Amino acid sequence: METKNIMIVGVGGQGSLLASKLLGHLLMEQGFDVKVSEVHGMSQRGGSVVTYVRYGDRVDSPVIDKGEADYIVSFELLEAARWLSYLKPDGQIVTSTQQIDPMPVITGAASYPEDLVEKMRSAGAKVDALDCLKLAEEAGSAKAVNIVLMGRLSHYFDLPDEAWQKSLEAMVPPKFLELNKKAFELGKKA
Amino acid sequence: MKQLMLGNAAVARGLYEAGCCVISSYPGTPSTEITEEAVKYPEIYCEWAPNEKVAMETAFGACLAGKRSFCAMKHVGLNVAADPLYTMSYTGVNAGMVIGVADDPGMHSSQNEQDSRHHAIAAKVPMLEPSDSAEALAFAKLAYELSEEFDTPVLLKMCTRVAHSQSIVETADRAECAVKPYEKNIAKYVMMPGNAIRRHPFVEERARKLQAWAETAPVNRVEMGGTKIGIITSSTSYQYVKEVFGDTVSVLKLGLANPLPVKLIQDFARKVEKLVVVEEMDPIIENHCKVLGLAVSGKDVLPMEGEFSQNLIAEKLGGEVHTGRTIADPIPPRPPVMCAGCPHRGLFYTLSKNKCTVLGDIGCYTLGAVAPLAAMDMTLCMGASISAVHGFNKALGAGSEGRTVAVIGDSTFMHSGMTGLANIAYNQSNSTVIILDNSITGMTGHQQNPTTGYNIKGDPAGKIDLEALCKAMGFARVRVVDPYDLKECDAAIKEELAVNEPSVIISRRPCALLKYVKHEAPLAVDPVKCVGCRSCMKIGCPAISIKEGKARVDATLCVGCGVCQQLCGVKAFQSAKKEG
Repeated sequence: METKNIMIVGVGGQGSLLASKLLGHLLMEQGFDVKVSEVHGMSQRGGSVVTYVRYGDRVDSPVIDKGEADYIVSFELLEAARWLSYLKPDGQIVTSTQQIDPMPVITGAASYPEDLVEKMRSAGAKVDALDCLKLAEEAGSAKAVNIVLMGRLSHYFDLPDEAWQKSLEAMVPPKFLELNKKAFELGKKA
Repeated sequence: MKQLMLGNAAVARGLYEAGCCVISSYPGTPSTEITEEAVKYPEIYCEWAPNEKVAMETAFGACLAGKRSFCAMKHVGLNVAADPLYTMSYTGVNAGMVIGVADDPGMHSSQNEQDSRHHAIAAKVPMLEPSDSAEALAFAKLAYELSEEFDTPVLLKMCTRVAHSQSIVETADRAECAVKPYEKNIAKYVMMPGNAIRRHPFVEERARKLQAWAETAPVNRVEMGGTKIGIITSSTSYQYVKEVFGDTVSVLKLGLANPLPVKLIQDFARKVEKLVVVEEMDPIIENHCKVLGLAVSGKDVLPMEGEFSQNLIAEKLGGEVHTGRTIADPIPPRPPVMCAGCPHRGLFYTLSKNKCTVLGDIGCYTLGAVAPLAAMDMTLCMGASISAVHGFNKALGAGSEGRTVAVIGDSTFMHSGMTGLANIAYNQSNSTVIILDNSITGMTGHQQNPTTGYNIKGDPAGKIDLEALCKAMGFARVRVVDPYDLKECDAAIKEELAVNEPSVIISRRPCALLKYVKHEAPLAVDPVKCVGCRSCMKIGCPAISIKEGKARVDATLCVGCGVCQQLCGVKAFQSAKKEG
């Protein structure tokens, strides 16, 4: 199988590491070769962060380059737009509609672009946008946005539900499992 | 068992399987997780040392005593530890010793982009360079065999993309190593001139033997494909080359970065029409080829700066370049920022307000340089703030003493700030040093240090008293302030800059991200009271923004530190809890 590429983008501290761990476990269990590339250190302090997940028969590069992502999973709208050029021509964006102002916007040096979902669609991208923060809060914690997004992403994968559940159980601490299972369902059904 | 494993965790696994017993490291991105993962194996003693030099010397002591040892550091940490490294090359080892060093091309979290292969060449020690997690594990084990066979410390070079990428590894059991009895050997281990003179020929002879080993080393392998182009590469660059060209080119993949083979390269060059070297950062393999008289392409087309990627390789070497879509709107950048509730914010605001010249240091608090605080004038390397403020004041005297400060974190102070402070005490400059004590090593992800009172496992440990230490060095003026209290900070900075003697201000409050820190309820802005004066925007808090002319607090980010409250002239900020 040709290598498939998933990018997880967001703002440092939003929980993308758990999402990439979950995907890594899931895809390895399916027998794929998998590579996951993360960023640690200074970027995690509220900066733009990106995680690459690649899978297939044989994966070489650990990173995804422009025009290569089959999926971009985004925790934040501006970040989806920032990484748009990494999407394949027929790729799919799954994004939370949450907006977090970056410091240049906070200080007034720049403005947050409006109508980003529409603009990305006009540029030809397939965009699935939903209010993941609201759904995560409904599941019991604003921190579960990552799992809501995973639930939504599962729509696009031809994998049995049990496979996702098994990876959730393997990667989420037991005391948060029920909450995260609920978050996953809410994302999936939204 | 097959597992998906982070490159740094794979190094730790390799150390475990190789029977490593002692690890001493100083945290530094992208090397930190090696030691954090190793501590999970109870068979290995692990510790955070105050700096990389101490870590390396500790590991050396352990290998001298007869147990396999390890130390990890980032690329610039190897500069700090270069002193023991270059002479350990002469003494060699007793049990095996491996040094993990992680480069950061692209500077994701570093102050420079130096190539640590230069250290291996200059110190004349072998360096292995894995390209994924499976190799990281295997090379860590091989490094011990090399160390003991050739009587040398061995460098294991990681880079960000190998250290922080997960790929599949196969694990094995640990092989316990018998303790190699320590035997007194003055000629080998006491490096005074008379002995060192006799050890230098050993170093050169070992280099020749390693050179011979490099020709047939299993970590250097030829993958023949199309012969129009032959690419010599290593590390993560190998993965990009395979991604772009697959089997359409021939590849010589080097797992040994030092020494580089001669005959192997010459033979490979003969089999291909055009020879290209693909290596990030400096042209070390390329220059080696040039010394061998080979016609080679490399840095004439590929950059010295930054990371490579598949598109970059494709663009420069004639592969298929992928492109994507964009929207017309400019996308504002999202640089890293000090967290909401960061204790450094109040202190930096005060320095900015007092128009101080701030000689900074390495840590989260380097973000004090970012607008709107912009309260930093220099950042160089670990510990430089204190030494440099002394030099600055010696140069300008009264012209700078009243407005210039050094700021340094608690962990950085322990790393290499103490010696600078000794210089101020000894050579008598009227300097003001501010220790930002957030009770943790923040930037690298919350590692303990000698001031926190806990060890790497979180168990109680020795705790160095910063006030007593500064006093013992001869500082009569040592005071502690709470950086959440702007008035107290302002008074302390004004007073200590005014006095005619050196002083230390300890700005003390634990990192807001620490789990044990209890936060106040988030604040909310009363839109009736808020006059939109933007005073609260001067502190660059990510939780505060202006919407429709009024300040607004993001309750999911705000931890109720109250710094903004102190800046508001109309008392518009109120605790959300009290309101509700």
